Amino acid sequence: MNVILIAVIVLGVVGLVSALVLFLASKKFAVWEDPRIKQVSDFLPQANCGGCGYPGCSGFASACVKAAEGGSLSDLNCAPGGQAVMEQIAGILGLQASAAAPKVAVVRCQGTCDVRPHGVEFDGAHSCKVQNMTGMGETLCQYGCLGEGDCASVCLFGAITVNPATRIAEVDESKCTGCGACAKTCPRGIIELIPQGPKNRKVVVLCNNKDKGALATKECKVSCIGCGKCVKVCEKFEAITLGTNLAHIDPDKCKMCRKCEEACPRGAIKAFNFPPRKPKAEVPAAEAPKPTPKLEVVKETVQSEAPPTNKVETTKE
Amino acid sequence: MKTFRIGGVHPAENKLSAGSPIREAALPKQAVFSMFQHIGAPAKPVVKKGDVVKVGTLLGEAGGFVSAPIYSSVSGKVSKVDVALDASDTRRMAVYVDVEGDEWEESIDRSDALVRLEDRPDLDAKTIVEKIKQAGIVGMGGATFPCHVKLCPPPGEKAECVIINAVECEPYLTADHSLMLEKADEILVGVALIMKAVGVERGYIGIENNKPDAIALMQEKVKAYPRIEVVPLKVQYPQGGEKQLIDAVIARQVPAPPAIPISVGAVVQNVGTAFAIYEAVMKNKPLISRIITVTGKSVKNPSNLLARLGTPFSQLIEECGGLPADTGKIIGGGPMMGKALISLDIPMTKGSSGLLIMNEKEARRAEPEPCIRCAKCVGACPMGLEPYLLAKISSQNMWDEAEKECIVSCIECGSCAFICPSHRPLLDNIRLGKSTVMGIIRERVAKK
Repeated sequence: MNVILIAVIVLGVVGLVSALVLFLASKKFAVWEDPRIKQVSDFLPQANCGGCGYPGCSGFASACVKAAEGGSLSDLNCAPGGQAVMEQIAGILGLQASAAAPKVAVVRCQGTCDVRPHGVEFDGAHSCKVQNMTGMGETLCQYGCLGEGDCASVCLFGAITVNPATRIAEVDESKCTGCGACAKTCPRGIIELIPQGPKNRKVVVLCNNKDKGALATKECKVSCIGCGKCVKVCEKFEAITLGTNLAHIDPDKCKMCRKCEEACPRGAIKAFNFPPRKPKAEVPAAEAPKPTPKLEVVKETVQSEAPPTNKVETTKE
Repeated sequence: MKTFRIGGVHPAENKLSAGSPIREAALPKQAVFSMFQHIGAPAKPVVKKGDVVKVGTLLGEAGGFVSAPIYSSVSGKVSKVDVALDASDTRRMAVYVDVEGDEWEESIDRSDALVRLEDRPDLDAKTIVEKIKQAGIVGMGGATFPCHVKLCPPPGEKAECVIINAVECEPYLTADHSLMLEKADEILVGVALIMKAVGVERGYIGIENNKPDAIALMQEKVKAYPRIEVVPLKVQYPQGGEKQLIDAVIARQVPAPPAIPISVGAVVQNVGTAFAIYEAVMKNKPLISRIITVTGKSVKNPSNLLARLGTPFSQLIEECGGLPADTGKIIGGGPMMGKALISLDIPMTKGSSGLLIMNEKEARRAEPEPCIRCAKCVGACPMGLEPYLLAKISSQNMWDEAEKECIVSCIECGSCAFICPSHRPLLDNIRLGKSTVMGIIRERVAKK
């Protein structure tokens, strides 16, 4: 009996002392955290995608609270949450949310197997990064989609997949939150984030080929050759600029007239989510076949038929 | 018998073209000279469309100190200066020459007469290095590092010996072997020139003992050169790596980068480079041709060809009996370190030591399986690294970790991928990590 009593007393005293120490320590070393961080964090999607540029949602929440002290949330945006979440956050912090246009990713390559044949097969590590490092990849275009799916593997929302038939990455706009993880990962910088546009409509140059016209024509049937026809039809709005043999449409200036899509002799410009065009019977002149652009033919720059199945990379025998 | 201490593998040698004499390849119809035939700054084209060039005419001047000029290996007319696909699998600036006849610059001595070092007492170290620099000579083993840079030690470093790399540890390749059998005298003059250029008294020629005829011949010829010694080495891949060769021959270890071989007193040059140096200094001939092994199990006549630079690979394959029907992969270089080519129109460059044609069966890589932690890659790595770890952290973009694990020390020999029983593409990922980390380091240095 005595033994049990002693044990209970000893443990009880040890427990009391520990409780006291813990209580004092929690008072003495308490770290004050702004309760608003927790509140903001509760509204975030908890995807931890990193699209905002902060380490996860809690990092973003603290950044929001910190920015609120500065009086503006304009530099912050939660892509998966979108405008709704940003407004709620602004409400908690007593601020006005700035209107940020929601963005989606577009894969700027249409080089499917039919228009851009895979002359060789890559049998190294299945990663776009590795394949890009070794050089051209499987096709003759050194700017196009490699189709190994590095973008698909980083997408937390299942919005981007590589179509096995075309070997091109495709974005599901309904799932894309515009976090930009795919764009950061793509070793060729093919994926671009652009504003979703009114009614999801947008006009994009779906090509990343910076080679000269003659070479670009050989590499892919739907490549941008930098002919500048789109720039001409867009003179009024100046939305299209010509970089290194490659046209680019500024989504902020684009008026969605789709003239450039018509003008492009290569079919490299595509308009998304527009209703089908009305038949143009009343303007017969427009039906006339467009003259193919005159190109300087460069002989023997690229061999058109590569050997059947040689692959890139070191091998062991 | 000597060899290096850590790691190494022994792939099947397959030296199919050993013993076949050097044949001169026919002139191409059009030669393409890439301006990126060496490590360092690319050469700058100095010719334009329509210019008439001869064999030995300068096409591109060196683009900096670590760079090399490029000379025409054919005579004819420049048809254009444009991008061309090269053996690195990218399109880069090149000069296209349509070949007409075979006219040489008059300054080049085309006779076969051997010029000994004693015949040219006027040559001092500075002149030799200058001539090598002017001739555009680069490391002929495949690394293509401009030769004159290695012969100008950085301040504070002193060379103690010259080691000639005649190891040729890559399976299949026999270019250096055949060169030693046919041009032994010229090579030894070349070695003597290198020794004079760096001012050392000791020269070694490291040869693996799977080339007994070359060892015997060189040992016979070297009797006239008391300061040069032939060192037979045990067959072990990658003995031809600079650091491995230094370890094998003089038993010194080069520390991790930024240390270079000269830090332990060694200057390593390939045997092909020694021959090119002889021709450049004694015959005034710039680097316009080299020996290339065209080989493969299905190739009709595996041969060692003396081909002009700029010749398309397709022509070299024709010379050896055409492209076999069961071709699965065409590799520029050897099977361990070479790179598969995506087109046969790619022209040969200063670093083209071999052209290996693999049949479909041997070309196909096995499907990778999970790592079983057997550590065979760790045992095989000649640099004492942990390949399985480097590959993993590279594929996960952990660049800081990769740098800590000394990924930049990797010599990309491929021993790890060769030995892996799970066929994991270790080297693919390590290469990715190495190039990324090197980029990060360069950026950091540039910022400072």
